[in-house]
Amino acid sequence: MADMAVHHAQPKEFQHQFEDMEQQRDAGTFGMWVFLVTEIMFFGGVFGAYIIYRSLYLPSFEIGSRLLKVNFGATNTVILIASSLTMALSIYAAHINRKNLQVMFLSLTMLLGGIFLFLKFAFEWTADYREHLIPGFGFIVSPEWGAAGSHVPMFFCFYFFMTGLHALHMIIGFGILAVLLVMAWRGRFHSDYYAPLESTGLYWHFVDIVWIFLFPLLYLIGGRYVIGGGH
Amino acid sequence: MSEQVVPVKTYVGVFVALLLLTGLTTGVAFIDLGSELNTIVALTIAVIKALLVILFFMHVKYSGGLTKMVIVAGFFFLALLIAFTLADELTRGWSPQVHGWGALIPVVHGWF
Repeated sequence: MADMAVHHAQPKEFQHQFEDMEQQRDAGTFGMWVFLVTEIMFFGGVFGAYIIYRSLYLPSFEIGSRLLKVNFGATNTVILIASSLTMALSIYAAHINRKNLQVMFLSLTMLLGGIFLFLKFAFEWTADYREHLIPGFGFIVSPEWGAAGSHVPMFFCFYFFMTGLHALHMIIGFGILAVLLVMAWRGRFHSDYYAPLESTGLYWHFVDIVWIFLFPLLYLIGGRYVIGGGH
Repeated sequence: MSEQVVPVKTYVGVFVALLLLTGLTTGVAFIDLGSELNTIVALTIAVIKALLVILFFMHVKYSGGLTKMVIVAGFFFLALLIAFTLADELTRGWSPQVHGWGALIPVVHGWF
């Protein structure tokens, strides 16, 4: 009977296999982190391959890096960091039981994620295509690159695969955020229950962290200071 | 534990720090510190930014030991993956000339 009383005091989202809401929340966070560890290893394989090939063909990778549009890379970094902030604030809005704030911050997160993808696909990749920098789609090795030119397409394979994989994660996150937006609109989240927001937030921040490493690895460490090498 | 409400000013502070670090890393890329030092600076800033996101945006600072252990284990295995792959790739030029057991014969003769 005492157990019954305890269970009645729990919010309706409480699952009976847990001791209390705190344990339920911690189990959810733990599970999400285990998934994110598999994601770390997933991206880790690509990062590992990048490190190896960069060490083998450093001059080619530096030429390729300088051909990327650093303005877009930096702008997108700022946009993604801002979307992480709004994601974190949507959880804060659930903490303080403000439905409209949750909806607003989730919408802002989706908007910023959408701008990131729009800049990446509609401007950056399109410009790369026009400059014949997409391997397999009319890539032109410039004679200016000299002997190192033969492995510049290798750099661009990594660039498109890594940013493409990252963009795919963002598209998936965008879809999940759309579901959360509807749930938040219906008032599903409150200070006792916001597990979907928390888990999605962890995923979104993880995708942000991947970009935090992609930005310097792809755009910056090729030596931007080389005269005539920038864009 | 995860129940703790992180104040808005913490989030905004972390956000401003991340913006400043993004500006710093972009700016430094245009200054010639030598290829190696440029790489080290860029990656150090990236690690600091990732730590800020993990600790504050992902609430790990306020999480329990189990969550922290999982994260450390994840990055530990990532380090193993990269370190062992590099240990193979970067040492391939080190292979000594192999002479087989026959190379030991003069040495062994010297003992008698």
